[in-house]
Amino acid sequence: MRKHHIGLAGIAAIGIVASACGATTSSVSSTPSAHFPVTITESTGATVTITKQPHRIVSLSPTATEMLFAIGAGSQVVAVDDQSNYPASAPMTKLSGFQPNIEAIAAYTPDLVVASDDTAGLVHGIGALNIPILIEPAAKNMSDSYQQIEQLGAATGHGADAGSLEKKMRSDLASIVASLPKPAKPLKVYHELDDTYYSATSATFIGQVYALLGLKNIADGATAAAPDYPQLSAEYIVSSSPDLIVLADTRCCHQDISTVSARPGWRSIAAVRSGQVIGVDDDVASRWGPRVVDFLRAIAPHVKQLEAQAA
Amino acid sequence: MLILGRRLARTAPRPAALLQGLPYLPWVWAGAGFVALLGTAVLGVLVGPVHIGLGTVVQALVAPIPWFHAAAVDPGQASILWSLRIPRVVLGAIVGGMLAIAGAAYQGVFRNPLADPYLLGAAAGANLGATLAIAFAPGSTLIGVNVVPLAGFAGAGLAVAGAYALGQTVTGLRNTTGLILAGVAIAAFFNAVQTYIQQAQTSNIRQVYSWILGRLVTAGWDGVLLVLPYVVLSVAVIVLHRRLLDALSVGDDEVTSLGISARRVRLIVVVAATLGTAAVVAIAGTIAFVGIIIPHTVRLLVGRSYRVVIPLSVLFGAAFLMLADTAARTVAAPAELPIGVITAFVGAPFFIVVMRSTRAAAL
Repeated sequence: MRKHHIGLAGIAAIGIVASACGATTSSVSSTPSAHFPVTITESTGATVTITKQPHRIVSLSPTATEMLFAIGAGSQVVAVDDQSNYPASAPMTKLSGFQPNIEAIAAYTPDLVVASDDTAGLVHGIGALNIPILIEPAAKNMSDSYQQIEQLGAATGHGADAGSLEKKMRSDLASIVASLPKPAKPLKVYHELDDTYYSATSATFIGQVYALLGLKNIADGATAAAPDYPQLSAEYIVSSSPDLIVLADTRCCHQDISTVSARPGWRSIAAVRSGQVIGVDDDVASRWGPRVVDFLRAIAPHVKQLEAQAA
Repeated sequence: MLILGRRLARTAPRPAALLQGLPYLPWVWAGAGFVALLGTAVLGVLVGPVHIGLGTVVQALVAPIPWFHAAAVDPGQASILWSLRIPRVVLGAIVGGMLAIAGAAYQGVFRNPLADPYLLGAAAGANLGATLAIAFAPGSTLIGVNVVPLAGFAGAGLAVAGAYALGQTVTGLRNTTGLILAGVAIAAFFNAVQTYIQQAQTSNIRQVYSWILGRLVTAGWDGVLLVLPYVVLSVAVIVLHRRLLDALSVGDDEVTSLGISARRVRLIVVVAATLGTAAVVAIAGTIAFVGIIIPHTVRLLVGRSYRVVIPLSVLFGAAFLMLADTAARTVAAPAELPIGVITAFVGAPFFIVVMRSTRAAAL
């Protein structure tokens, strides 16, 4: 009876948020807002059933950690992996999502585990302990990302917050994209993952973000060799002469405009000549969470400037 | 030396069976080596992910000659040729030649056909040094030079010095056996430490990975200048000791009878080969297989005398790596293939073909 009542309140809350069209998340974050048990269908088709609202969540995925905190489920998270460095309030531990240790995870007595990959028998091992585990793999595009936010919302009892976060992200992205003029000839971008010229094609999440901005990704020339993350030839990068270089290796490899222009032959690249070499936080550029909006906000002024010059 | 040479001519085994009908012609193979070197260099300069016409290449090549008034070349293409493609071809030649001669030298010193430039832990040491630098001192420089190759160089030197020191303390085994086993142990230990650090530093894993697979991708003239002094010194020392390596292949007594300490010859050659290997590994990563297949291919062609094997290994090693790198740059263009994958993928079957067609007992 009681449970039923809460459920109705939750549905009412969703209705309010939906009609308010992007109401602030804080107003509803404390409201329990979903039926439990919930069953979530993962992108692989596997289903995960969560019997009651989790209060001891372990996240082994930095992106999932960012999403959980953004939808107001942060207080239900007891441990995050050693790469989950955002937000600062996330309870970072030595747990590894890359080489997960089932016993070390179980020691936190989680009632939900979230990870991005099923490595080293993670799903089997956690499943054997009757702990629900949700795999939220690397997103390929924005709709994957929104879907993961919705799933995490449903799994944690923050469906309404997830819905409003998604709405906010959609409207933020739309307004950034709308602020950009449409050039006759698309600008060329080179996204750098490390200082040996690994890049990301449009088949990746970050590549899709560039596509949103109407940019032409030079890594798409190399999809035959490696559809996602090819290592590009320096010759190819130089001769493609991208208008914009985005360095997602400012932390790992300490790259910036001065190191890039010191590379042999790179000074002839349009982006280097015009100074349109943008350093971004490696983490923000490699995750598919809510901070993609920040990433776009960092890139958009440069695109606007270049397009104004071209016009 | 003349007497030594004559004695060795008697003791040196015959060249490969297939070639027995042919006269023993090291000069012909030396000529072939030069042709291969030149041919692969020209190919390497002409072919790349960016198409540059033959005419443009020739014009760009002669443009820097002051009294030669060539037609103006597109500065973009000239820059690609001079800053990217040519230094990479040159670095490929240096690295290939160095790895091949170091392999030949190690095989001579240890009288072991499976010896390669990484036998005493040079690769494991370099990988550990580089991984440490990538993980704990990312992006730092020491007197203007990136710390990663320096750490790789130091790691390689340290590993081999450790193996040598450890090998010297072993008694009851043959001198070289103790050394090789010490090298194997050191390499295994360094690999374990390197893997541990790599696992603990997952955010740097791609950098470590591309270090291990070879780094000719970012080659420039600075890399060429960085390795050249070590390689020149190393090659010179090994070439000067090639006759003593022949004597050593007969036995330690053969060297001792010349009034020279076999142990000292071994030490000098190992130090020289290690110095050169460490330098090229530091700049190009651990490129597999060149140090084994090139000296053995040369042996199958011209016989086992180190007087011939040592210099020819430099020529063929340089040619082979330039060719492999041309493939690495162009097969998947505009993407790169790891050069270590090409050297092993092409090198292994090629070596089997050479071995079978000569039906040699030359190993």
